[in-house]
Amino acid sequence: MIRFLLSRFLQGIVVILAVFVITFVLQKLSPTSPFNGERNVPEEVRKTLESYYGYDKPWLVQMWLHIKAFATFNPPDCVKSPGRGVGEVISQAFPVSVALAVPALLIALAIGIPLGAIAALRPNTFDDHWATATATLGICIPSFVLGPLIAMIFGLYLRWFNVAGWHDSADWVLPSLTLGLIYSGYVARLTRGGLRETLAQDFIRTARAKGASEPVVVIRHALKLACLPLLNFLGPTAAGLLTGSMVTETVFQIPGLGQHFISSAINRDDTLAVGITLLFAVLILVFNMLVDIIQAALNPRIGLKS
Amino acid sequence: MKWTTRLLVLAVFVGGLVCFHIVRSNRPLRVNEATKEDTLLLGNATELSTLDLQVATGQPEHMVFAALFEGLVAPDPANPDKPAPGAASSWETKDSIHWTFHLRPNGKWSDGTPLTAHDFVWSYQRILNPALAAQYASMLYPLKNAEEFNKGTLKDFSQVGIKAIDNHTLELTLVGPMPYLLGMMKHYSWFPVPRHVIEKFGSVTDRANRWTKAGNLVGNGPFALTEWRFTHSLTVVKNPYYWDAAVVRLKKIVFVPIASDTTEERAFRDGQIHSTFTLPNPLIQEYAKNRRDVLTSEPILSVYFYRINTTREMLKDVRVRKALSLAIDRDGIINNILRAGQKPSLGLTPYPESLDYPQAPKSIRFDPVEAKRLMAEAGYPDGKGFPKFDILINTHEAHRVIAEAVQEMWRKNLGINVGIYNQDWGVYLESQRQMNYAVCRAAWGGDYPDPLTFLSMWKTGDGNNETGWSNAKFDDLINQSNQEADATKRLNLLGQAETILLDEMPIIPFYWYVQVYASRPELKGRMPSVLQHRAYKGWYLDHSVLKQPATVAAPAP
Repeated sequence: MIRFLLSRFLQGIVVILAVFVITFVLQKLSPTSPFNGERNVPEEVRKTLESYYGYDKPWLVQMWLHIKAFATFNPPDCVKSPGRGVGEVISQAFPVSVALAVPALLIALAIGIPLGAIAALRPNTFDDHWATATATLGICIPSFVLGPLIAMIFGLYLRWFNVAGWHDSADWVLPSLTLGLIYSGYVARLTRGGLRETLAQDFIRTARAKGASEPVVVIRHALKLACLPLLNFLGPTAAGLLTGSMVTETVFQIPGLGQHFISSAINRDDTLAVGITLLFAVLILVFNMLVDIIQAALNPRIGLKS
Repeated sequence: MKWTTRLLVLAVFVGGLVCFHIVRSNRPLRVNEATKEDTLLLGNATELSTLDLQVATGQPEHMVFAALFEGLVAPDPANPDKPAPGAASSWETKDSIHWTFHLRPNGKWSDGTPLTAHDFVWSYQRILNPALAAQYASMLYPLKNAEEFNKGTLKDFSQVGIKAIDNHTLELTLVGPMPYLLGMMKHYSWFPVPRHVIEKFGSVTDRANRWTKAGNLVGNGPFALTEWRFTHSLTVVKNPYYWDAAVVRLKKIVFVPIASDTTEERAFRDGQIHSTFTLPNPLIQEYAKNRRDVLTSEPILSVYFYRINTTREMLKDVRVRKALSLAIDRDGIINNILRAGQKPSLGLTPYPESLDYPQAPKSIRFDPVEAKRLMAEAGYPDGKGFPKFDILINTHEAHRVIAEAVQEMWRKNLGINVGIYNQDWGVYLESQRQMNYAVCRAAWGGDYPDPLTFLSMWKTGDGNNETGWSNAKFDDLINQSNQEADATKRLNLLGQAETILLDEMPIIPFYWYVQVYASRPELKGRMPSVLQHRAYKGWYLDHSVLKQPATVAAPAP
């Protein structure tokens, strides 16, 4: 276990470095400048700004300074927001994204697993068809359609929840429901596939032959293994949700990381874009490691391979 | 018995749902609760980039600065486009070059520190300091030697035309007569910043200085900052130290940065905000039909136009440029595409009547016959032989639709084929800066109520020109206007300059903007302003308007 964790940690550092370098190089190759505006920025002002933010230094020097800043948890200021640190932005927005992501994941699992199980347990029946169709619908409807629709129904017409903002304790419901419904489609499809494959295996036949009831067979024997592909999907999905969903956050005016992520890329707020990208990379690595550990626990044949 | 259990479960579920619905749907509206507490909830477009008003460049920032700070001159609550006494109670000038401002003896910062003329001197020194790289430093160039100091050719700030005679008297010396100075001074680049706070939190010219954080920031406006949560809200409360605090009726303003106009409109209908910043174009007609009581449309000092790269071979000929302009049916674009009440441009300077500028030329028109004739005269009868080029736009649905309409008008009226090339914002700006375009969309908003804010950029070599166009006579007229103290004569000179500009057509003006927004009936005292200036001390919430249910029954998006 220790060896596995140490190995993953070292691999993680390499991956994060690679992500940083790729992001940095892409930014530098971009034909735009963070210091452009609708109005012309005088050349002397541009030069002063470039010097202040270190853009006049060689690439390698800039890269090293950034690596040092992020590695020592002392991230630089946002290029486009004077007086505002990357750390400040992330520390304000990340908890909001977490508050949306956790319920969204739970909703996705609560809807997706039963839906997938129903479809898998009654293959090629009406139940299978409607469950699969519902899951496909969830996958196909984009969040910019589903979000406003949910806001209209539960916000404007029924007035159960606020349509926008992050002021009341219940403001997480509609955006989380939007995200949860979309991801529940993927969860249902993966559950159905995994469960059907598992139910066709020999050990299930053995369990049935020994007289185990169907619920015991499904819940105790099959579902554990059937969840493995779902777990693989949940790792990056959780990381993605935790770093915010730009569309959902915009539709519901949620002050999460998603809005910052996209706007920093569009506006060439380089330091903020790098900061959020690195956070995303770290989360993906952590969740993938957790997934590996859980998979090993669920299926000892897999084991912890470093 | 199984069915009775099921029935019972169903009954409990339905009952619970009904109870939930009754409880939730009768929640008090956020705006109503806020109105009771004299708290204004205001949509404010996008998140602010900074609260350091000397490095800020945006309009949403200006909306907040108007609450937190005040210049020597302030917008008049009855007519925000008119200058009224602000931090200065009075002023005088004999020649529009030498100005004396008398500050209020009771002027204070929001922490109780006295506000003096020295604060203004220090503030202007900071914004002009080249190390700060303030993009709006040029707004202070009318001050004698300010440009030289800002560009680093002059090191001694005492040579700049600003002097504190005593704590409450400030003297400004300008490079030339400027009858419109007072209007210019309502821009936030002329506002004071708190020296005692900035120096406490870091270096004077350090952009990373944390003086703008909530808890640190000190202003001299009618409100003081209490909270700033990025992309969530910015809250200001009434400033008890403000010299005119007695007339301020709002206790609190919450600025809500809602980037999406459809989300903002939904929030408005749901009673989350008192007023939107804008409205989605497709809904404007619906509001005009069904909710006139909440719809407001105000002309603003902004113009939509196309730049023409006059260095491109086929666009060097003024007849071609004129033909391109004459072939555009602006009314058609406004009535069939935009449908928000914009005004077709008659010249470049928008709404000249609001600037007392009757000398403005009104030469822009739709004349396809004349356009065709000019094109033929230029050697392209029916567009034959005219090289293909692209209209450069930045990624935005409205720009695309307008460009498609123009593409069709030029094809139909001139016989020429053009393409549309869209780029993301940053790339588009760079293309424009490098003049990698033939024709590109642009817009310009005035910084102060004077035609010069639209005309000076077309001088030879100006950084905002970006068309390659140059005209010595035009430059000369602009320079002459800068030396003319008589307001009427000066505007005549500017009118002549604008006539030359429109005669040479390095740009094609399309329309003058309007700001369309929705505002709840209880919000009173908000006056229209072509510069979108706000005098919050005149705004208030009328409690008598409160009524339930207060959701705005607007059409569904």
